[in-house]
Amino acid sequence: MARTLLDKVWEAHTVRTLPSGQTQLLIGLHLIHEVTTPQAFQMLKDLKLKVRMPERTFGTLDHIIPTTDQSRPYADPMAEDMAAHMYRNMKEFNLPLFDMSSGKQGIVHVIGPELGLSQPGMTIACGDSHTSTHGAVGAIAFGIGTTQVRDILATQCLSMAKPKLRQVRVEGALAKGVYAKDVILAIIGTLGVKGGVGYAYEYAGDTIDRMTMEERLTLCNMSIEGGARFGYVNPDATTIEYLRGRPYAPAGAAFDRAAAWWKSVATEPGAAFDDVKHLDGGAIEPVVTWGINPGMSVGVSDKIPAPEDQPEAERPTFREALAHMGFAAGQPIKGAKIDVAFVGSCTNGRLSDLRAAAEVAKKGKVASHVRALIVPGSQQVAKAAEAEGLHEIFQAAGFQWRRAGCSMCLGMNDDKLQGREMSASSSNRNFIGRQGSPTGRTLLMSPAMVAAAAITGAVADVREILK
Amino acid sequence: MTTTDFKRRQLSGRGIPVTGNDIDTDRIIPARYLKAVTFEGLGEYAFEDARKQNPEHPFNSPVYKGASVLVVGQNFGCGSSREHAPQALMRWGIRAIVGGSFGEIFFGNCVMLGIPCLVASQADLEWLQKAIGREPQTPVKVDVEKQEVRFGDKVIKATVPDGPRNQLVAGTWDSTAVLLEAGAAIEATAAKLPYVKGY
Repeated sequence: MARTLLDKVWEAHTVRTLPSGQTQLLIGLHLIHEVTTPQAFQMLKDLKLKVRMPERTFGTLDHIIPTTDQSRPYADPMAEDMAAHMYRNMKEFNLPLFDMSSGKQGIVHVIGPELGLSQPGMTIACGDSHTSTHGAVGAIAFGIGTTQVRDILATQCLSMAKPKLRQVRVEGALAKGVYAKDVILAIIGTLGVKGGVGYAYEYAGDTIDRMTMEERLTLCNMSIEGGARFGYVNPDATTIEYLRGRPYAPAGAAFDRAAAWWKSVATEPGAAFDDVKHLDGGAIEPVVTWGINPGMSVGVSDKIPAPEDQPEAERPTFREALAHMGFAAGQPIKGAKIDVAFVGSCTNGRLSDLRAAAEVAKKGKVASHVRALIVPGSQQVAKAAEAEGLHEIFQAAGFQWRRAGCSMCLGMNDDKLQGREMSASSSNRNFIGRQGSPTGRTLLMSPAMVAAAAITGAVADVREILK
Repeated sequence: MTTTDFKRRQLSGRGIPVTGNDIDTDRIIPARYLKAVTFEGLGEYAFEDARKQNPEHPFNSPVYKGASVLVVGQNFGCGSSREHAPQALMRWGIRAIVGGSFGEIFFGNCVMLGIPCLVASQADLEWLQKAIGREPQTPVKVDVEKQEVRFGDKVIKATVPDGPRNQLVAGTWDSTAVLLEAGAAIEATAAKLPYVKGY
């Protein structure tokens, strides 16, 4: 019987079936960062256990670090304490840490693929929900909690249930000004923020086939926003060429042998799925969220929907969203005034994202009332962008050029919204309070759309600017 | 400690209803509380911003002080993987959660802490939330093993998938010991993987 990538990778990593009926699943790559690990290391020490496979764990600093002055000690004593714990734990357990001095530091979901650590056929886990990102290379990659981080450190395994598998097929050429971010927002808008609960998503179809690896990373990144704990794209020639020459990818003849195995883990023709959903890629226009979860979105030329048009159970959330955002049903999203523009995050902090934003930034200056931040996803992204002069384009247009980190995606450092500020953001979550202010407001969109909003001072249609 | 102490067959306690769908983990515990290197003291910050913005929030109400069974809507705990969310609820006093559906990472984190999350129908949840509002002193009796919740003389169906239910009932939800039992099979599984043994 034809098998899926999920079937093959799951089986290869199954240690045994536990008495509970769950699978004891081996984790091939464990990525860790400073925020969700100190308690796990403490639990490990309390249990007097060692790290079972230290060669399979890699760490970085991303969530809490400043994006201005990154020299230590950090100005925020809690951030400094957290970083100090990370350094101490990594040293004590002899684990590699990609810190600022390594030149390889960055958001964990940017550096994993960038360094070639994340490879097809692996199981990858990290104490961060956006671990789904790594599915883009054809891996089973998912977020976990801190106690599960302890389990991986101690046993290299997790107790897991295999999810159902849904194939999400996107077909058709994307229009100019429409990006992978718009595709995933359209998928979530169609299937809902809880549509994926209990499922993994396999993304397929010719739209996905044509996507670059960076686009696929954006796509898989937001699987979790659709309720799916992980999503993946089958490894193909794009995957293999992306990995070639990366520091942690095999080299020489070993690379060719690896590539053969990577291709062999892809879903076979005729394999069965628990269900299949179809989207018309050609019909997607630039998407903007208007509400308080990533499923509350419209095309940029659309109007904000009315609660009365929703199923009854959804109406209270819609009313709450309109009240929080200060929007009225029927209002066009285009023209909504913004205060802050943020390009960055594990969703859209890669070189191609910065290029797309820079192309728009060239067309104008940041509106006088807008604070605009460009935060590269990693030191290597920053370096590559600077080599192309992107930072100069941004700075000339009035954007701030920052150092790598999670930054205003979740506001754990000084990069926060103030009061009810409205943010045009290339990040992944528009939850109430997400960007650091309990009353702050977030409009999710592609990096090009963020740049368009920054220079317009309000939500704008990037297609009109790129014309 | 023996596994007897860990068994989560039945739990009983007063209920607390939090209505609304898609309540994310940022709402349960804002990210600024993730800056501490321990989970201690998180209980008092559960729903911190929502409570400040809404004086009527159930977590503000003296009526629900001491409640231990949280009754929620659909997709509760979606979003971030932060274990701080169930840690905050647990440290506030929550021992079981009944809802329509749960964010999967949140659900898994709850299992790791021995907090059962049970799934009930929308109609039953609405009934239960209203019933608790009318009679906040009446205990909500959660039976994980039988997959039902009793309130007064009414019993509603409330399910937990087999795997986690078996872990909770058997007291094996704190999984490190169970995973360690696999012993050398862990290394043997790894050794068969092309990327571990070398291409």
